[in-house]
Amino acid sequence: MRHRRLYVIGAWLLLVAVASVVATRARYTADLSAFLPTAPTAAQRFLVQQLRDGLASRLILIDVEGADVSVRATLSRGLAARLRTQPAFRSVLNGEAGGSGNDRSFLFEHRYLLSEQVTAGRFAVPGLTAAISEGIDLLASPIGMLAKQLFTHDPTGESLQVLAQLEQSTTAPESLDGVWVSRDHHRTLLIAGTMASGSDADAQARAIDAIRAAFKAAQRDAGGTAAAAVLRLTGPGVFAAEARATITHEVVRLTVVSSLLIATLLLLVYRSIPLLLFGMLPVVSGALAGIAAVALRFGVVHGVTLGFGVTLIGEAVDYSIYLFIQARHGTGRNAEHVHWTRTLWPTIRLGMLTSICGFASLLPSGFPGLAQLGLYSITGLLAAGLVTRFVIPELMRSDLAPVTVMPIGRIFSRVLIPLRGMRRWLWLVAVLAVLVLYVQRERLWNHELAALSPVSAAAQQLDGDLRAELGAPDVRSMVVLAGDDEQAVLRAAESLAATLDTLVARGVIAGYQTPSRYLPSVATQLARQASLPARDELLQRLAAAVATLPVRLDRLQPFLDDVARARTAAPLLPKDLSVTSLAAGLDALLVRQSGHWYALLPLQASRAGAATIDVDRVAQAVRGTGTPGVEAVVLDLKRESDALYAGYLNEALRLSLIGFAAIILLLAVSLRSLTQLARVIAPLVLAVLAVLLGFALAGRALNILHLIGLLLVIAVGSNYALFFARQLPDDDAGQSVRMLSSLAVANLSTVIAFGVLAFSTVPVLSALGTTVAPGALLALLFAAVLSRGAMPAPGVR
Amino acid sequence: MSAPWHGHPRGQLAPRLALACGLLSMVASLHCAAADISLQQLMQQLAARRHAHASFVERKSLAVLKRTLESSGELIYEAPDRLLKRTLKPKAETLQLENGMLSAQRGARTYRMALRDSPDMAPFIDTIRATLAGEMPTLQRTYELEFRSTGGNWTLLMVPREPQLARVFARIRIDGAGDLLREVIIDTADGDRSVMTIRDIVDP
Repeated sequence: MRHRRLYVIGAWLLLVAVASVVATRARYTADLSAFLPTAPTAAQRFLVQQLRDGLASRLILIDVEGADVSVRATLSRGLAARLRTQPAFRSVLNGEAGGSGNDRSFLFEHRYLLSEQVTAGRFAVPGLTAAISEGIDLLASPIGMLAKQLFTHDPTGESLQVLAQLEQSTTAPESLDGVWVSRDHHRTLLIAGTMASGSDADAQARAIDAIRAAFKAAQRDAGGTAAAAVLRLTGPGVFAAEARATITHEVVRLTVVSSLLIATLLLLVYRSIPLLLFGMLPVVSGALAGIAAVALRFGVVHGVTLGFGVTLIGEAVDYSIYLFIQARHGTGRNAEHVHWTRTLWPTIRLGMLTSICGFASLLPSGFPGLAQLGLYSITGLLAAGLVTRFVIPELMRSDLAPVTVMPIGRIFSRVLIPLRGMRRWLWLVAVLAVLVLYVQRERLWNHELAALSPVSAAAQQLDGDLRAELGAPDVRSMVVLAGDDEQAVLRAAESLAATLDTLVARGVIAGYQTPSRYLPSVATQLARQASLPARDELLQRLAAAVATLPVRLDRLQPFLDDVARARTAAPLLPKDLSVTSLAAGLDALLVRQSGHWYALLPLQASRAGAATIDVDRVAQAVRGTGTPGVEAVVLDLKRESDALYAGYLNEALRLSLIGFAAIILLLAVSLRSLTQLARVIAPLVLAVLAVLLGFALAGRALNILHLIGLLLVIAVGSNYALFFARQLPDDDAGQSVRMLSSLAVANLSTVIAFGVLAFSTVPVLSALGTTVAPGALLALLFAAVLSRGAMPAPGVR
Repeated sequence: MSAPWHGHPRGQLAPRLALACGLLSMVASLHCAAADISLQQLMQQLAARRHAHASFVERKSLAVLKRTLESSGELIYEAPDRLLKRTLKPKAETLQLENGMLSAQRGARTYRMALRDSPDMAPFIDTIRATLAGEMPTLQRTYELEFRSTGGNWTLLMVPREPQLARVFARIRIDGAGDLLREVIIDTADGDRSVMTIRDIVDP
């Protein structure tokens, strides 16, 4: 016996130590995309990847308000200049033509490879005449005196054409004093692109700090009223960093609050600090085991999973409550132990297995977040149960004062007696719930992924406003071209441009961006080179072309030189753009990801129409223009991600139902009686229906976390129902009062834990809380009201 | 001490120089100060005008072309920082300066740029705007100014201070009468010339 005690405690300590080491070395994340499904198709994988790491995820939108316009312009320039020197930022845009000197000379030098107008026809005599007379018109124009500097090199205006092509790719906001401002001029706007992806919350948090510090420094430099200006940031990365901070903060706060409340409750009940500490052992062991299991299986632990630790307190603490309160006061350690292992433990074990059955259904979920919750709960409950069963009895000394909590049991039974009179009306609750749920079936579930977002409505509003002001960066709809090599997708993008141009002409879309505007494919560049005539030939044609024009041919020598040079220049490749700010634009639209090349062609919604694009019409048009070896997909990011989420919501529903079926099967096998089974299941089903009824009446749409909450209601409630369904000897009134007491305390602790969670500002956590707290209470009440056994009279002890 | 009105009083000399300046100003005003005062007066007169509407004819003589290019249109000015140059012939196009932003519209295309990013554009539009607005500090920052006036007519000659601008432009000359601009002549460094003749339109 002495040896057994040593082994049990030793093994437990060892496992706790190992779990602690694993838990402290685990990587923690609060990236909401853990709740994004692992996508089944290549296009959806690309989509999820884009949401996590794509260009849009890397943008931080910066808004400066307060002070006056010119002070804000100074701040904008100061902030941008500081950020541009930092390697963490890939680009900082504020409307200044920063680095545009480089861009202009690059575009000018390579104009004959980049201009879409360069064709054989343009360099024949009539084409030259037309182009050059247009050039003369430009000389007559208000900017003519500037254009004349270009004219001798570029009489056909190719460099202006190249600028105009790029102009189509960007929809810049209005500028004041040379920097971007909102339409009402009250906001000065900047966009910072980070090197790190938006889902890298650590890097995003550092980038945010860097922006704030640079802004402070710019304020100090500007002096005067600059101090009154306010900086506001938004964007996916900002959300990720803020979400993590919020979740971390909430998890700590909620854990502390509910731990304190439950500890106070247990202290009042037990009136013994050692018992309280023993009661916490299963909880702490379970939480550590759960974290360690998740860390080992998934590599990272999500913050929300930790938040779930709070909920584990709700169920795991129950085990020790049952042990401490229901254990008969024996005449020594052995008597008590025998009663515990023979009569109580099987019921607790069945309740625990029931819960595990429920959570096991989450394991195969495509949502990594849900699979984590499932594994965490299973491991946590198993560890808590085993510690309660084997470790605590070994640790507890026989001379511990027995717990007497008769008042709670008596109060509870006093409440129950009138309630049991209403038993026959309970079916009304079920009928009403089924009716309401049927009527509301369309609105019952929230199918939008945004429902899980921890970002506040105000922050989303600011984000929406800034996006609207800044134009393009909200890439909601796009055509994605996927292929095995860079040039193939560039060629496909070029051939798609004609299709998209007709859609623009028909007003289906307002415009689009394409990587081929930044960099044409090598094939296209070679074709343009081939259409440039040799020097002597060009001179002859030029002489004929300007014969009717007032141009002095001898002054156009630089033009002849430049064309001759362009004919033999090497075609441009992506790396050649790296000296310019154009590289950022190209990088965003031409992406290499896991061995494949993707060209992104973001679509702009038609101005006349609403904010959305008729994606089906675009898809139809795109289908007609296949390029061999390149797959074209039209994506509506919001529609796709909502569709993915809806798919996984359905999957989770299906899995939960399977879990429920498994629970019924488990109970049927262990109870071996249909009536007993019905008695255990009925209060659980009633509780679930009543909670659903409450949400439906309150008009709250349910998300995937509410579903998990319902599963928890069944898991926790099954313990109550099993205790009530147990055949107690009728004469043992004392035992049944003790049972009532333990259930009341266990239920109170659960309601406290989840009730605290309900006040969380993180939707994922509050969804759990608002479901489980009322659900657990109702499950206990329904189980008690439906139980057949005699209620102990209030006076019995 | 030979020309105290050119120097800045400094150190111990300051009181004496100030006195000397005061005495000498009576003599000096016969030459440069007379121009100074009337340039300031002109600027004040111009600044008082909040709105202007004029037609223009611009003739450009360029070495690359065999003949002079002529264009015409109208100028609309709203104090203090909006100037629109609308060319009607030979092709309709506009150049607008508003809040430091330049936008040039040609056919369906609009080119936009910040004035501070393209200082080369200043002589064509911002210099005219600053003159109309009577912003002497702006003009003095960019150019060496020389002002002559005889009777109601005046001539403002501007030579770029910045070497970068001087490489493109040799000088700008604005002729006017009272608070009206009559002619803007721009000479580029390579010998080309643009002459813009302005005639005021009196809005009803």
